[in-house]
Amino acid sequence: MSIKTEQTSKTAPSREHTIWWRVGQDFLASRPASVALGVLALIVLAALLAPWIAIQNPYDLMQIDVLDARLRPGSLSSEGSRTYWLGTDGQGRDLYSAIVYGLRISMAVGIGSAVIAGVIGTLVGLLAAYAGASVDAALMRLVDLLLSFPTILMALMILAWMGKGVGNVVLTLVLIEWSYYARTARGQALVEARRDYVEAARGQGLSSWRIAVGHVLPNCLPPLMVIAALQVARAITLEATLSFLGLGVPITEPSLGLLISNGYQYMLSNEYWISFFPGIALLATIMAINLVGDQLRDVFNPRLQR
Amino acid sequence: MTGWLLGRIGQAMLVVVAMTLIVFMGLHVIGNPADILIGEDLNQQERLAAIARLGLDQPLWQQYITFVEGAARGNLGKSFVYQEDALRLILQKLPATLELAVSALMMAVLVGVPLGLYAGMKPEHIFSKALMAASIAGFSLPAFWVALMLIMVFSVQLGWLPASGRGDTVTVWGIPWSWLTLDGLHHLLMPAFNLALFKISLVMRLTRAGVREVLPQDFVKFARAKGLSPQRVMWAHVMRNTLIPLVTVLGLELGSTIAYAVVTESIFAWPGAGRLILDSINSLDRPVVVAYLMVVVVLFVTINLVVDVLYHLLDPRVRLETTE
Repeated sequence: MSIKTEQTSKTAPSREHTIWWRVGQDFLASRPASVALGVLALIVLAALLAPWIAIQNPYDLMQIDVLDARLRPGSLSSEGSRTYWLGTDGQGRDLYSAIVYGLRISMAVGIGSAVIAGVIGTLVGLLAAYAGASVDAALMRLVDLLLSFPTILMALMILAWMGKGVGNVVLTLVLIEWSYYARTARGQALVEARRDYVEAARGQGLSSWRIAVGHVLPNCLPPLMVIAALQVARAITLEATLSFLGLGVPITEPSLGLLISNGYQYMLSNEYWISFFPGIALLATIMAINLVGDQLRDVFNPRLQR
Repeated sequence: MTGWLLGRIGQAMLVVVAMTLIVFMGLHVIGNPADILIGEDLNQQERLAAIARLGLDQPLWQQYITFVEGAARGNLGKSFVYQEDALRLILQKLPATLELAVSALMMAVLVGVPLGLYAGMKPEHIFSKALMAASIAGFSLPAFWVALMLIMVFSVQLGWLPASGRGDTVTVWGIPWSWLTLDGLHHLLMPAFNLALFKISLVMRLTRAGVREVLPQDFVKFARAKGLSPQRVMWAHVMRNTLIPLVTVLGLELGSTIAYAVVTESIFAWPGAGRLILDSINSLDRPVVVAYLMVVVVLFVTINLVVDVLYHLLDPRVRLETTE
């Protein structure tokens, strides 16, 4: 797909426009995807800038006033100096601040696990494609087995043995996710391996490992990027679910899932906002990533290119 | 066919054996089984006696064989918390989970198939486009959060539906069922819908894709040319050819629905196996965790096997391929 000719693009970009420029053009052609990208950019920015845009550090006990606990959205703080636009939770934390700090952990866990799993899975996939039939068969049976089990069951199993904690959650997500990349990388590598440029590289006497990493891998990246985007969304959902169930991140590093879980006990007394707003943030994040991932898939899919 | 079937059953057994190995390794390599299987309130001498009684002084391969032998005889240890046979505990709770999972799948079919048919027949209609957008939301919505919002709206605000428990049950064959009483159905509705939400989106999209694939085919054109009414074409020709692949997918989804019931059961206090396993993980009741994993794996592998066999029986093309 990297050999797209210039006539195929409606805007007929000049020669210095790279393939990525055209990918960007194709991407922005869909309005929902563009909006999703904007929302996602805002969310990432909010997560990165959390200490500067939050009105308090929700985990610094000095900055929290228990007298402000369970205030409705829009309430003034007890000393009257600030407004809690999204209300406060059971400990008197400003929910808006807790959400932007929670986004940091959710995003870090989601992106971190997707990147680690992506590297491991891609290498395993390349290995399967290059190392001969018996290694390939063994690795792919393992991948089949992993993919056939529900992720939540795998996660419960792994966390039941290893215990809670951010590191263990990331490890769990990596153990689950790498198989998706491995399958895609292998399939793509097998397709690419038959192309002429690989033949040419071989003709130059390059080692097969060098060809795999230096020549085949870059051409496998587009589908892997799509998988990565969708896996980040899955990882964030799964982390939130596990944290909600009390098996994920510890109380000292609350992600969005834990915030929702904390609000659970106040739901029955009609104090909806403690669970509601973190849930909206979670939903917006996941939906934005899914929409961006779907559009990336369409843009990278050569069959859909006009 | 018989050869294929035997091979497929062998494969399924292999998966189960592999899982016993993984669970065993998890028990013995990652954690110290003495800490896991023996209570903390024992003195050193009692501890050594318990280790000997559990066979933990034996070599690892011997322990594995003992574990598998026990598992084969249905002996997976006693729960620390309930002081009862772990496997029996799980099996007692399993019907409630199955009831929930099957209700959710039924709901997914009853809601998802008609919507998917509509969206497939009229892909350009604004309602169809809205349905597709909604299905993306259905995939993205975190199930546990939706559950809380359902409770918020229907239990707390409106007071229409109960937020927890199974309600009145009727006991048939020694097992209590909720769906046989009105009160039980009331209790079942929200958790089943919560569990079904993701599947509704899935079924809808699959049905739509199936209809879009079947519609342009010659036999549909021929049926229309014969002068059959659109309803008859739809129900007798399009539906039938759309539903076969859907049935296999749904069969496979039953396993994951049972697994995801963990989340729904814990929120709606549904007294099923999922809730039991979560409590057991939190109270470090490892025999129950092991028993649950083994039961679910066997269940899962069996479902996959049955679906695979059914698929081969239903679709002559696949059947021919395997006999060659």
